[in-house]
Order: sequence, then structure tokens, then C-alpha cells
Amino acid sequence: MALAETFLKPLIWPLIWVGARVLGALAAVGRLALFALQALRAVVSPPWYPARLIEQMALIGWFSLPVVGLTALFTGAALAQQIYVGGQRFSAESTVPAVTVIAIVRELGPVLAGLMVAGRVSSAMAAELATMRVTEQLDAMVTLRTDPWRYLIAPRMLASTLMLPFLVLVANIIGILGGYALAVYRLGFNPASYLSTTRRYLETDDIVSSLVKAAVFGFVIALAGCYHGFRSSGGAAGVGRATTDAVVTAFILILLFNLTITVLVFGS
Amino acid sequence: MSGGIEIRGLKKAFGPKLVLDGVELSVARGESLVIIGGSGSGKSVLLKCILGLIRPDEGSIRLDGQELVGLKGRGLEATRARFGMLFQGGALFDSLPVWRNITFALTQGKLGGGAAMHQLAVDVLAKVGLEPRVADLRPAELSGGMQKRVALARAIAANPEILFFDEPTTGLDPIRADVINALIRSQVTALGATAITITHDMASARHIADRVAMLHGGRIIWEGPVAALDSSENPYVDQFVHGRREGPITARTA
Repeated sequence: MALAETFLKPLIWPLIWVGARVLGALAAVGRLALFALQALRAVVSPPWYPARLIEQMALIGWFSLPVVGLTALFTGAALAQQIYVGGQRFSAESTVPAVTVIAIVRELGPVLAGLMVAGRVSSAMAAELATMRVTEQLDAMVTLRTDPWRYLIAPRMLASTLMLPFLVLVANIIGILGGYALAVYRLGFNPASYLSTTRRYLETDDIVSSLVKAAVFGFVIALAGCYHGFRSSGGAAGVGRATTDAVVTAFILILLFNLTITVLVFGS
Repeated sequence: MSGGIEIRGLKKAFGPKLVLDGVELSVARGESLVIIGGSGSGKSVLLKCILGLIRPDEGSIRLDGQELVGLKGRGLEATRARFGMLFQGGALFDSLPVWRNITFALTQGKLGGGAAMHQLAVDVLAKVGLEPRVADLRPAELSGGMQKRVALARAIAANPEILFFDEPTTGLDPIRADVINALIRSQVTALGATAITITHDMASARHIADRVAMLHGGRIIWEGPVAALDSSENPYVDQFVHGRREGPITARTA
């Protein structure tokens, strides 16, 4: 028996480690899902706080415009250049407008806007809520007969879900314009035919899927920020941890949901 | 005015650590009880259990005969309206001006009643000895002592029947601490409220208390009128009151 234990333990130990990690990950997914459900309940049930909603919409939507716009402009232009260079190998330089518009609207617009806003917003939400937790402001709010789920979390979730489609729409337009500017002023494309090709290859489904992705990303961005901020503990170090975890969670979820939606919509 | 609290057999553990191990405590209406005990003795947990912020594992908490443990929804909401709490660090909302902080319980975070609420905040500020101009400042612009006073104003603004004070003098110099003690004493008397204060500041305890209880090892090990504090003949209380290093409480366990 003792002999078996000596030999078996090193073999079993990695299995125990893997098992514990898997269980831990599943438990975390479960907690996040329960948090999302409770947040949804807070969004649909009164009391509502319209002033808090507008404040969050401005913070998330309006103040993200510069960073989202610049990202889209530079990426659209770089994309057009690369497609041109790549296309030259097959004498297919004329595909620049078509590939640019599809790449921007279907993938890069929503994903890049989502990631940029996640970096700005998830971290800010997590840091703010975690600080409120550490300084007992969340407890104080409850004793002052106000539900933090409805006062703090619901407006953030709703504002983020509503504003991301708007930001992605802007990102799509600016991204296409970035590609257009580079193609016309540097690569010598004809402006009118570039735009008409762009228009011809852009389908309603692309725009719809782009905006659906945006709404999902918006929800996920607020979810990651609120979840890690609300549950944080352990003082200043806890606030830092919550902020990092929020951004990492938001990034992973955005990329995961992007893949899922892309496969569901365009894969069949 | 009512507000008698009865706690029976209250237990709470965090993981393997048993924080409250059968707390038995009664507070009569209108009485000011001070709970003393070392850092980490579970004083804050006890208050948060009464407020419904932490769910106890076992036991009962009754307010005027009504059970609070397990209360939900409207019942919990109605009970919370009877409580006011001063948090250790003040816990003021730094995104809101002072007057919105003070009237938060009345507006429940809504933006209604601007001018009337502002006036009410100025009136409550006067009660805690602060000028009207403070109403328009942000919490971050206030000194530590002023933050405590604003937090006190917020706790009493809705005229609660029961007031809780969590380490009201921590982080203040002796003079400002005495100001807070005097304010707490006068406001509790003015409201006719039941008050529970947790502290390890003995000067504060003597100033605020009608009665004192000591929490140690998750239980109330002594209680009596504040005058009996020096003649308790309880070695734990004696050691704590006189701040001795040697005695039944060791720094490692307390």
C-alpha cells in the first residue's frame, strides 16, 4: 500500500492539479453567468436612474469616440495598403475596396472598437466599484436604502450595451474612410469607382451582424468591469487586481463571442 | 419611538474562521450601548449582521420582537429605513456633492427635490456644527474630521430610530475625537434613538455609553453600566480598559 502510494502519487498529482484548475474555471464561468442574470434583473426592474444612465452613456459613448476613431482610421489605412501589396502578387489590386469594407465591417470595426473600449471602460468601472467596495461605499449605499445593483450596475450595463453599436458604426465609417483615403491619395485609385465598389460589396447582413456583435461586446465590457469591481476584496492590491482581471476577462470574452458570432452568421 | 434589539445565539464563520460564536446581547430602546473588543474580534461583523449586510449562519436578531434574519424584499427595505450607520472611513460617495450625500437616504439616489433637499442638508449640517458652504463641496475637499461629521449628518438625516457607529473616532486627533463623541451623544439624545457603537477607544466609550459590552472570542464576555467599567473584576475587561500588554488576552489571538 505504502509502496503503491509512493509510485502513484507523482502520477496522480498532475491530474489533481488539472482537475482543480478545470473546476475552478467552471466555477468562475458560473459565477459570471449568475452575476449577468442578476444584472439583467436589475436592468429590467424599477427603480430606474435615468440621470445615471445618461452619465454613463456620455462616459462610455462620447468620450470613447477619439480613441475608437483613431484606431479605426489607422487600421483601415494600413489594411488597404496590405491588401494592395498582397493583391499585387495575383494582379488583384482591384480587390482593395471590396476586401477592406468586408474586413472592417465584419471583423475589425467591432473587434477593435470593442477592445479599445474594454481597455478604457472595463478598467475604469472595475477600479471605481472596487474602491467603493473597499471604502464601504457599497455597504453605505445599501444602508441608505438604495440598491447598488440598480443604482450602479444597471446603468453601466445598459449604457455600454446601447453605446457600443453607435461606436462601432462610427468605427466602420472611419475605417472605410481610412482605407479610401490611402487608396485614393497614395495608391492612385479612382475615388468614384472605389466608393461604388465599396457600396456594392457592403450587404445589410454585414451591418446587422456588426451591430449585433457590438451590442454583445458592450454587454460583456460592462459585465467584466462590474463583476470584478463589485466582488473585489483586499484593499488597494484588490483594486489593482480587479482592474487587471476586468480587462483580461473583457478581452477574452470579446474575442470568444466574436468567433462564435462569426461562425454562426457567416460559417453556414 | 421604539427600537429594542435582541440578539440570541448569533454565529458567523468565514471559511474555517469562526468570527461570532453565539453572541447574546440585548439593547433597550433609547439606550446607548458601546461594544468594545480588540481589532478583528468581530465587532464590525456583528453590526453588519444586524444591518442585513452579512447573513449570519445561525441565531436570531429581533427588532421590537420582529425577526430580522432572513428578511427580504419590502420587509428588509422597511427595516433598513429605521437604521442609520456611520461607517469607519465615512464611506461618503465621492462622485456626489456633500448635500446629495446627506439627503441620499431621502431621495434614494434620485435627483428630485433640489432646493428643498439642499436646505435640509444645510439644516442637518448645522446640527453637526458645519457651515452651509460645506454643502456644495465634494467629499474629497474635506478634512478627515469634517468627513466624519458629514457622514454623521448623513446617518441622522432621515431621523432613524437606531444608529450604529463603527469606530467613530479612528484616525482623528483627541480634540476632534472629543467633538465627534459629543456630537454623537447629543444627536442620539436629541433623536431619542437606540445607539450601538463599536470602538476600541476607551475615552470614546466612556463618553458615549450608557452600557458597555465586551466582545472577545466571538462571544459577549462581559456587560454592565459604563460606571462599572473600572470595577468589572473581569480580567479580560480589566486588561482591555487599561491597555495592558500582559493578561488573558494575548496579541496573537486577539
